[in-house]
Amino acid sequence: MLNTTLKAFIWSLVLLVAAPVFSSESEDGETTDVNEMIMHHVKDAHEWHILTIEGDDGHEKHISVPLPIILIDGGLKVFLSSELYHGEHVEFTNTKGEKEHYLVNEDLGYGLYHEKIYKLNQAGRLTFEHGHPTNAKPLDFSITKNVFALIFSAILLFVLLKAAVNTYKKDGMAPPKGLAKFIEPFVVYIRDDIAKENIGEAKYKRFMPFLLTVFFFIWVNNLLGLIPVFPGGANLTGNISFTLVLAFFTMILTIVSGNKHYWGHIFWMPGVPVPMKIFMAPIELLGVFTKPFALMVRLFANITAGHIIILSLVGIIFTFQSAAWGFLSVPMALFINVLELLVAFLQAFIFTMLSALFIGAAVSEHH
Amino acid sequence: MDLVTPDIGLIFWTGLVFLLLMFVLTKFIWKPLMGAVNNREENIQEALDMAKKTKAEMQELQTKNENLLKEARVERDQMIKEAKETSNQMIEDAKGKSKTEADKIIENARASIESEKNAAITELKTQVATVALEIAEKVIREELSSDENQKQLASKLADDISLN
Amino acid sequence: MYGSIAAIGAGLAVLGAGLGIGRIGGSAMDAIARQPEASGKIQTAMIIAAALVEGVALFGVVVGLLGNAK
Repeated sequence: MLNTTLKAFIWSLVLLVAAPVFSSESEDGETTDVNEMIMHHVKDAHEWHILTIEGDDGHEKHISVPLPIILIDGGLKVFLSSELYHGEHVEFTNTKGEKEHYLVNEDLGYGLYHEKIYKLNQAGRLTFEHGHPTNAKPLDFSITKNVFALIFSAILLFVLLKAAVNTYKKDGMAPPKGLAKFIEPFVVYIRDDIAKENIGEAKYKRFMPFLLTVFFFIWVNNLLGLIPVFPGGANLTGNISFTLVLAFFTMILTIVSGNKHYWGHIFWMPGVPVPMKIFMAPIELLGVFTKPFALMVRLFANITAGHIIILSLVGIIFTFQSAAWGFLSVPMALFINVLELLVAFLQAFIFTMLSALFIGAAVSEHH
Repeated sequence: MDLVTPDIGLIFWTGLVFLLLMFVLTKFIWKPLMGAVNNREENIQEALDMAKKTKAEMQELQTKNENLLKEARVERDQMIKEAKETSNQMIEDAKGKSKTEADKIIENARASIESEKNAAITELKTQVATVALEIAEKVIREELSSDENQKQLASKLADDISLN
Repeated sequence: MYGSIAAIGAGLAVLGAGLGIGRIGGSAMDAIARQPEASGKIQTAMIIAAALVEGVALFGVVVGLLGNAK
């Protein structure tokens, strides 16, 4: 074990030293903005970009799946995102003096800049101030990349679990078969070691659907996010909106199911002097919100960081313009990718575990 | 900054999809799955309890059987002992009885022999007395046939008396 | 410039979190070595504690990202 690790370490050192030598062979080419590529991947988008091909004439051809755009702007407006992406490219110079462009469809009256939809002004353009558009934004309920991944993963999860459940005979007496053999230990683990352990034998049953759904939903989305091609690769669990909603549900469950012991502990901490009680109340009250907030940030930051690291490692090849760097970056990206498989499970587990812990603190009877 | 700004559209869709998913999964997946798992666990527990109970019952039955066997063995031994005693008694009894009988027979025989002997002796005595008388008669008759002889005899007898 | 200062901040956050999680892991291993039969419970407690420490570090990372995006 140690020997293998040591070998791997020495080889990566050798590659690290040797790679610049190979890189001198590289031809001069257009530099790829790795930072922009990474940020583009990590953020949401209105189309599902699959790949870009450089045609013979030097023009870039984008192959992507267009997704429906749904706007509430004085009524419901629905159209395909290709209408914006294939719209007019308007170039402008930003505050740093770099050339940028945004997309405009004057027939619809909308423009797209950094994946955000803006209403166009009279001239059919966006107005920029300090590098940000000042145009009004319509309410955007589009089926974006992340929303698509969300729905896809929900259906996938349902189909997989349904297939697992169908293997059970009516009385459930036979040992689990097929997919159920894989699913059941997790379900039993969540029941015995997460729910029963943290919430207690008497009350855990009410929270089981939430805990199970959260665990499997986060896990399946973490894993789908690691698949590089459509329909995987959306950074859904690494999106703050997604984790916000899940953490919000945990907070609501905690607040709604909190008994008088729990609230007593927050507003009038027993066993401390009165001045301390007054001092503790706001801190404890703040804790009600910071706990789910930490839950939100933890999942978001872990998954986003994982995506960024993998993309940065692959991006080394493009920053240095040499395929030789692949000898270093590919094994390292592979290593991180395997690590992310573990993180995908671990984060789903920790989210579920901490949710159960918070709920358990809210419903516990004795202190 | 974009990265950490929540987006209203995604929040709406996530909430909707998650709630829908939770209800659908609860209805179609978690309930049957947990039901099956609980059912199986209960059944296994029941079977285990049953096995334990049966084992205890078996144990009890075995103990009972053993006790019964032990009792039977004791009883048998008792019976054998008694039978032996009875038979010994009987043998003893028979022995005693036969001895008495034999003694009695022997006694009888002895008595009859004695009486026969006595009878024989008596007869013999009578016979001998008769014969002796006859001889004596004959002798006396011979002796006393002449005067001389009578005189001799008388003197002889007289001698004998004087010698005495 | 903001980016580099944010990177220093992120590095400091990682330093703290690394120390914290390292201590948690080390203590957990000590505890497991002492009481191997309680390893399940120790692991759970360890993961929770590590997650709490990591949460603080992630705030640092997020602030770093915020600084970087400007």
